[in-house]
Amino acid sequence: MKLESKIPAGPLAEKWARHKFALKLVNPANKRKYEIIVVGTGLAGASAAASLAELGYNVKAFCFQDSPRRAHSIAAQGGINAAKNYQNDGDSVFRLFYDTIKGGDYRAREGNVHRLAEVSVNIIDQCVAQGVPFAREYGGTLANRSFGGSQVSRTFYARGQTGQQLLLGAYSALSRQVSTGKVKLYPRTEMLDLVVEGGKARGIVVRNLITGKIESHSGHAVLLCTGGYGNVFYLSTNAMGCNVTAAWKAHKKGAFFGNPCFTQIHPTCIPVSGHYQSKLTLMSESLRNDGRVWAPKSKEDAQKIQKGQLKPTDLPDEARDYFLERRYPSFGNLVPRDVASRNAKNMCDEGRGVSKTGLAVYLDFADAIKRDGQKTIEAKYGNLFEMYEKITGENPYETPMMIYPAVHYTMGGLWVDYNLMTTIPGLYALGEANFSDHGANRLGASALMQGLADGYFVIPYTVGDYLATIGPADKIPVDSPAFKEAEKKVQDQITQLLSIKGERPVDDLHKELGHIMWEYCGMSRTAEGLAIAKQKIQALKKEFWSNVKILGDADEMNQALEQAARVADFIELGELMVDDALNRNESCGGHFREEYQTPDGEALRDDEHYAYVAAWEYQGEGKPELLNKEVLEFENVKLTQRSYK
Amino acid sequence: MAWVTQTLSSSLGRKVIMSLTGLFLCSFLIVHMVGNLQLFKGDGGRAFNEYTYFMTHNPLIKTVSYLLYTSILVHALMAFILTRHNQASRPIKYAYSKPEANSDWSSRNMGILGTILLLFIIIHMRTFWYEMHFGAVPVAEYDGKEYKDLYTVVHAAFGELWYSALYVLCMIVLGYHLAHGFQSGFQTLGIRHKKYTPAIELVGKYFFAIIIPVAFAAMPIYVYLQVHHII
Amino acid sequence: MKITLKVWRQKNSNTAGNLVEYKLDNVSEDMSFLEMFDVLNDSLTRKGEDPVTFDHDCREGICGTCSMYINGRPHGPQTGATTCQLHMRSFNDGDTIVVEPWRARSFPVIKDLMVDRAAFDRIIQSGGYVSVNTGSARDANEILIPRTIADEAMDAAACIGCGACVAACKNASAMLFVSAKVSQLAILPQGKSEHKERAERMVAQMDAEGFGACSFTGACSVECPKSISLDHIARMNREYLGAKLSSDNVNG
Repeated sequence: MKLESKIPAGPLAEKWARHKFALKLVNPANKRKYEIIVVGTGLAGASAAASLAELGYNVKAFCFQDSPRRAHSIAAQGGINAAKNYQNDGDSVFRLFYDTIKGGDYRAREGNVHRLAEVSVNIIDQCVAQGVPFAREYGGTLANRSFGGSQVSRTFYARGQTGQQLLLGAYSALSRQVSTGKVKLYPRTEMLDLVVEGGKARGIVVRNLITGKIESHSGHAVLLCTGGYGNVFYLSTNAMGCNVTAAWKAHKKGAFFGNPCFTQIHPTCIPVSGHYQSKLTLMSESLRNDGRVWAPKSKEDAQKIQKGQLKPTDLPDEARDYFLERRYPSFGNLVPRDVASRNAKNMCDEGRGVSKTGLAVYLDFADAIKRDGQKTIEAKYGNLFEMYEKITGENPYETPMMIYPAVHYTMGGLWVDYNLMTTIPGLYALGEANFSDHGANRLGASALMQGLADGYFVIPYTVGDYLATIGPADKIPVDSPAFKEAEKKVQDQITQLLSIKGERPVDDLHKELGHIMWEYCGMSRTAEGLAIAKQKIQALKKEFWSNVKILGDADEMNQALEQAARVADFIELGELMVDDALNRNESCGGHFREEYQTPDGEALRDDEHYAYVAAWEYQGEGKPELLNKEVLEFENVKLTQRSYK
Repeated sequence: MAWVTQTLSSSLGRKVIMSLTGLFLCSFLIVHMVGNLQLFKGDGGRAFNEYTYFMTHNPLIKTVSYLLYTSILVHALMAFILTRHNQASRPIKYAYSKPEANSDWSSRNMGILGTILLLFIIIHMRTFWYEMHFGAVPVAEYDGKEYKDLYTVVHAAFGELWYSALYVLCMIVLGYHLAHGFQSGFQTLGIRHKKYTPAIELVGKYFFAIIIPVAFAAMPIYVYLQVHHII
Repeated sequence: MKITLKVWRQKNSNTAGNLVEYKLDNVSEDMSFLEMFDVLNDSLTRKGEDPVTFDHDCREGICGTCSMYINGRPHGPQTGATTCQLHMRSFNDGDTIVVEPWRARSFPVIKDLMVDRAAFDRIIQSGGYVSVNTGSARDANEILIPRTIADEAMDAAACIGCGACVAACKNASAMLFVSAKVSQLAILPQGKSEHKERAERMVAQMDAEGFGACSFTGACSVECPKSISLDHIARMNREYLGAKLSSDNVNG
């Protein structure tokens, strides 16, 4: 199959405007004849559902959480980028476009990214109009801060709760449409399959998580706004419920999966404290503005610290290795996320890690406190320090913080064209669920921007084009064979899972998958390790399907059953991630292959052979997936090696 | 008029009724307390009896007194309705609850405190108000004019140890009720401001919760001591 | 640490529940409270007993999903934190911990410690928004909002909708939750044009859901993970009374 990105022709800055004009429109009176299914109610889902309902479409919105307001977009802390140039510091749409393309290590589409930068300004307007309480200057204008990967201040924020406030804004717009009756809400309802008939997406099969009832919903188009798949690593900064199931089922029904191996590891997370650990907590990247990252110079000291025989504060400066400052004198502690993460891992691999587990490095504020005073540091980071103390029980004003990288975001996702449509007509993917805008590495404060751009300002235009093409009659009822068949498959899988009655709880198997993925397909990867991972995952898949233990019934609230279905999909996705990582014989962004690095250990891209999107096509149970390539064309930026020395 | 009934039957509307009647009763307490200070005058009851006469014969005060009786009834009735509603809002109670960790005892027990106060008011009115209006009260004569001698009735009542003790106890209850009630009344009306709320809280905590109940409690104590010639 | 748990077990909303005792021997003080429950569920599953159902998601104190009434207090002994932010170091070796679901008529138990908080969504649907369609917004900086106002709105907007206020209140009142939204949008100029209808509708919906009235005990604010102030309740009262007295709505 030839992948059509449908990037419109013409100059970069005019593509979106021209495209919007070229798209077909649905007559206002006809909009009410269409039904659109939106799965997921995070930034992308809630904004899409609300905007489409405002246009007059009938929308059904689904989420597995008990309320749309709890989608994991809510956890984003830092902010949202927009090329407003309110600070008069040289920002522009083109600069935001350029920073994003470069930050993504040249593995994203120019057309998509430029559109993202264009609509970024509208997002801020929209959110402010909804009553999102962004930070302000004393005079009443909006405040900005700077963020990693750019030299301008373009990040808008609402304390450390930007994601929450943006989501509540979208949720309020969604709630308004629920009250008008244009949106019907299905909370605690999980999508378990996509229904495809006649080559088009026709609807979904869901499970009511309270009653366990399997139901079908038919629509003219299906929008997957189901977030990322970071939980394939078990431990990540994602919420416990985040999963790939909706996207994966769509993949198995024909939607290609783009760049699955592109995952982002965030350097400043609170380290794992024990085997019982269920989740990792991120601390804002801004900490690296004042904190100095170090590890002990000698293994002996590190071991003493691990055993609690030596306190970090007792280690003299000459026994410490400020490794980021040493290796990257010009960027120092402020190198991009992937670089900082890899270096911390190297320290721990060398046996110089700290904490009981040896899997942490220090982020030290002693010098900053000496320089600026505790008050200043408290004003800047007080809430983060408090959060750290709540979790670890240690006071970061007195002893250095411990940090370790953690999986944070997945750049890969369902392949979509410029219209956000997947390879299945009528099926769209928005936000983190698609692969489109961040290339191999996402810049800070860009995830919120993309989710809202897709939902508020892209999909309302592009979905209309498809609907106008098919017409209101092109929909099938839920009692048609395609639905019944899908329902039966879902039912069968549930029955099968419950009938295994093995020995191991789901969590246990999920943790094992996480270990494999983190060890071999995490921060750095080798062909050898990936081959091992593939074997281990296949063995785990067998183990899962023969030895998982799920109690309870299908027709009741059953959290273990929900989780088991998700883990089953994670296992399959894990294998594809490994395949993708193995295929990509280069290092770029979040994907670091140890074989491909510069002599001084930096990522080495291979633009000649790998400047493409790897779009994987499902071939059936047990068969290797087929690789389709969408070659990336760069007409407006020059591909260069990133350097932070 | 649907909006009026709808407003007054909403949870906020009911609280507003509680607040308005409660704050009105607070204002009455001040007048009542100041007037009754005549008991301390030591003039054999003349000032007190003249004050009583004034209070029962001035047409304006008589009108206000009906408002007062209504307020007491409405305040109690509304409290009853609200309590029933509030209890229904949590049909299954917690097996183990530790409310003292997050709130004052008085704020959680306004219903009990109020019920005690209602009983107190009934006893109080039976002893004095009923006697004054319908009972056989002795007569005192000052400057050729006859006055009902409520002063003597007061002395007779407060001469009883149990009766005076009951009053003192009920004034403690009143203190707790007002410690929460006064400032709460303002909160319900939405009167809350960085500048003024601290003042309202001070008035509530010290004037209404301590000074007023102490002044009222001093009356039976003083009279008891006087009757028994201890002072 | 050794911990004895007394956990509310209830099969579904139609059956009665009761407290069941569990003993855990190997509890680390670095565990979060929910991780302790993970450990319990792991051992229950291995033994063939039904694991405890409880709501949780982000496990970093922002999604508002987790909701346990721990030793007589919503979200446990720590203030300014959710259940997932509570760690076992807040307890002592040998402690007995009683864990119950939120209790309110408007929050029916779904199973074990999980309750249905859809009433909150319906309250927001009744008016907790600014009516602005996508695309019709003017430039963000055309609306000037002084920093103090923005900060106050943010204080109210920080609500995570967990329901601890309802759980803490002796009347199971939702006033803190409702007022946080009414207040946020009443403070901001964007919300002004609809502020009367909003207050009227949201209070009406709150009452219709069966929440209790406010006794101003302050328990809600103390137990709120985001420490939302009682000021917002006063503001909502003001908004509501003002709306009732001055709006054109004569039908209630």
